[in-house]
Amino acid sequence: MFEGIPLHWFLILGTIMFFVGIYGFLTRKNLITILMSIELILNSVNINFVAFNKFLYPDHLEGMFFTVFIIAVAAAETSIAIAIIINIYRRLVDIDVDKMNKMKY
Amino acid sequence: MTTNQLMFIIFSAIIIIFSVMTVTSRRILRAATYLLFVLVATAGLYFLLQFNFLAAIQLTIYVGGIVVLIIFSILLTSHIGDRLEAPGWKKIVPAILVATFGAVITLITVLQFDFPTKAITGSERTDIREIAKSLVSTEKFGYSLPFEVISILLLAAMVGAIILAKKRED
Repeated sequence: MFEGIPLHWFLILGTIMFFVGIYGFLTRKNLITILMSIELILNSVNINFVAFNKFLYPDHLEGMFFTVFIIAVAAAETSIAIAIIINIYRRLVDIDVDKMNKMKY
Repeated sequence: MTTNQLMFIIFSAIIIIFSVMTVTSRRILRAATYLLFVLVATAGLYFLLQFNFLAAIQLTIYVGGIVVLIIFSILLTSHIGDRLEAPGWKKIVPAILVATFGAVITLITVLQFDFPTKAITGSERTDIREIAKSLVSTEKFGYSLPFEVISILLLAAMVGAIILAKKRED
């Protein structure tokens, strides 16, 4: 079904996506955009897991289950993060990471 | 060039272009929309690899759940017309350096390694019956313990999100 696609293409794609996510994580200031960068990073890892599963161990489903669990953890993480962000917005009326210094000693 | 290669190239082009636009767009709602395109194209890649169940999960949870949640929180916390302030060069240059060096080192390592890929026989077990069996089995290659742990984690996350976002009485 996917003859002609080498495994390395998937790994290159995953690497580029991962480091684009890292770039966003380092440059963004708004908390929600940082969260979106984290989603990109998790998604690139999922692509790698699935590709390894299909190309190296096609008769097992390990990579697929890891991906399912990563998606579940990402969903939990996003819901908690957004609850925290809304709470911060309610208290400080701003969600820039630079301006969050209320808990600084 | 086969059809599969063409599909892969289309999907990966969508993924890479929209990932870059997600992290560089200065309008936050547009960034969320670009993230939506990235996630849909990833689901397309899963379909290409014949992980139909996984692609369905990706579409329902990521696209239907997480992105909608992110868009809701954007609407709650920022004004739509606002543009995010552009990051200064002091931030962009180190970030580009880190990302480029990391990507180059990872790509060199990955491309040098010779993965022992197996021939695809066409009898792979990716139908929903096999997935369900191994998800609740306690034998070898069974995933019942992580399954239970993830259910407890999701319950805890649900309770925690409600408690955190609840309006305080005081």
